[in-house]
Amino acid sequence: MSPAASAIVRDRVDQAPAVEVAPGVHWIGALDPGLRTFDIILRTANGTTYNSYLVRGEEGVAVIDTVKAEFAEDFFVRLESVARYDEIRVIVLNHLEPDHTGALPDLMRRAPQAQLYISKRATPMLKALLKPSDDRPLVYKTVGTGDEVSLGGRTLRFLHTPFLHWPDTQCTWLAEEGVLFSGDVFGCHHCDARLFNDLCGDFRFAFDYYYAHIMRPFKSYVVDALKLIEPLPIKLIAPTHGPVLRDRPRRYVTRYRELSTPSLAERIDQGERSLIIFYMSAYGSTARMAEAIRAGAEEAGGIRVSLYDLEGGEIQPFVDLIESADALVLGSPTINGDAAKPIWDLLSSLAVIDLKGKLGAAFGSYGWTGEAVKMIEDRLRGLKLRVPVAGLRIKLIPTDEELDECREFGRALAGALVRGEQGRVIDFADLG
Amino acid sequence: MAKAKITFTDIEQTVNVPAGTRVIEVSERIGAGIIYGCREGDCGTCMMHVEEGWNNLTEPSVLEEKVLRENMASRHDRLACQAQILGDCKVKPA
Repeated sequence: MSPAASAIVRDRVDQAPAVEVAPGVHWIGALDPGLRTFDIILRTANGTTYNSYLVRGEEGVAVIDTVKAEFAEDFFVRLESVARYDEIRVIVLNHLEPDHTGALPDLMRRAPQAQLYISKRATPMLKALLKPSDDRPLVYKTVGTGDEVSLGGRTLRFLHTPFLHWPDTQCTWLAEEGVLFSGDVFGCHHCDARLFNDLCGDFRFAFDYYYAHIMRPFKSYVVDALKLIEPLPIKLIAPTHGPVLRDRPRRYVTRYRELSTPSLAERIDQGERSLIIFYMSAYGSTARMAEAIRAGAEEAGGIRVSLYDLEGGEIQPFVDLIESADALVLGSPTINGDAAKPIWDLLSSLAVIDLKGKLGAAFGSYGWTGEAVKMIEDRLRGLKLRVPVAGLRIKLIPTDEELDECREFGRALAGALVRGEQGRVIDFADLG
Repeated sequence: MAKAKITFTDIEQTVNVPAGTRVIEVSERIGAGIIYGCREGDCGTCMMHVEEGWNNLTEPSVLEEKVLRENMASRHDRLACQAQILGDCKVKPA
């Protein structure tokens, strides 16, 4: 759908009332069926939702997250269908990205008595968002795991779950109803007015796609968050995007656990390290270098070495392989002063995985300029890989002596991998 | 030049650095788990916990202390983009 067509969808405020998702808990979010691209990079085939929730206690009401600014009126219509503004005692922000805080300034004006609760890492973002001044100071409370706020017969407990997918993210647990307000965790870009997971169309692909692009770079933080979430007796997960998960909600927690658990590591023997060599070769010289490097690296033992010609594969499975690998070695000839395009295609596809702690290296044969190796090394460093062995360049066809150099290059890389594991002290000057 | 050892306990890696080096310069190159935001002491994203050698880092500036307070820092938390290494220490993401 074109932007113009999307605008047609938005030519009126959605007047539908709030939807009760659990006793005394209402969905007061907004539907955005016209959206096709989210945050520039994420595609969605049927839009998204901005989920906001209202919790009623005996002594007041809490609003948990808001919606994107363009959808504020939908949100206020729904809120007004179940509560008065003067009843709102608490506003919880599980995540401060603008798609969840667009209606916040207006909500704070309408309910000035409400106390704002944010995670203990969210202060800088709240300030950037609301731009406080001396005559307009910001009043808020920061909370972490173990903190709680009572609404009278209802208690909101906070779970500190940072980096899912911003530093400020947290989850909020309503123990009395077993409802987890999870923020972007367990969310997806899927718009279905039927709202509940047991009524919506099949959104499994959207759930996995969202995880792959939003949560995957922060897997270790997902695992930390799951340690807090898994023990909870969850009856319903209320995320900020996509369907409300009331039917077997634990399946989605289990799926996050599966997606965050390294699979290749289970297949490779314990203690074995994985080194992957990708190459492009125009006349076979860089390919011969790659094979010699593999032979050298394999001599070390304890290292699983894999060799792939980038010309023969799709990028995505290679990205999965790199995620599970300990070292990434790239070989490219130099063509018109640059590395071959598939190398850059691969290197520009790695933002969705965690590369911390991996080693990188580059090599290649060249005809007359040979810039590719240095450019690849710079990119590897830019991605925060450590480049422990200086790149290897060979002019045109490698001689037997030069192939020996390639084997030595492979041995040196393998050595760096094994030594790293043994906790050797590295000198700062060798970090490149 | 005086040297010091900094250990990133999350990746169990130790680096021998010239005294005065900022933690950020080492952790980014070694691939430690500390995540950076603004890199200029304002956002608090790179908060790290100093497990050993708290006194072997430079004193936090008034601005760093303000950011640490705003981010509810625990005792012995510092900003990796600001702290300079003066002696042996062990750190991990906060």
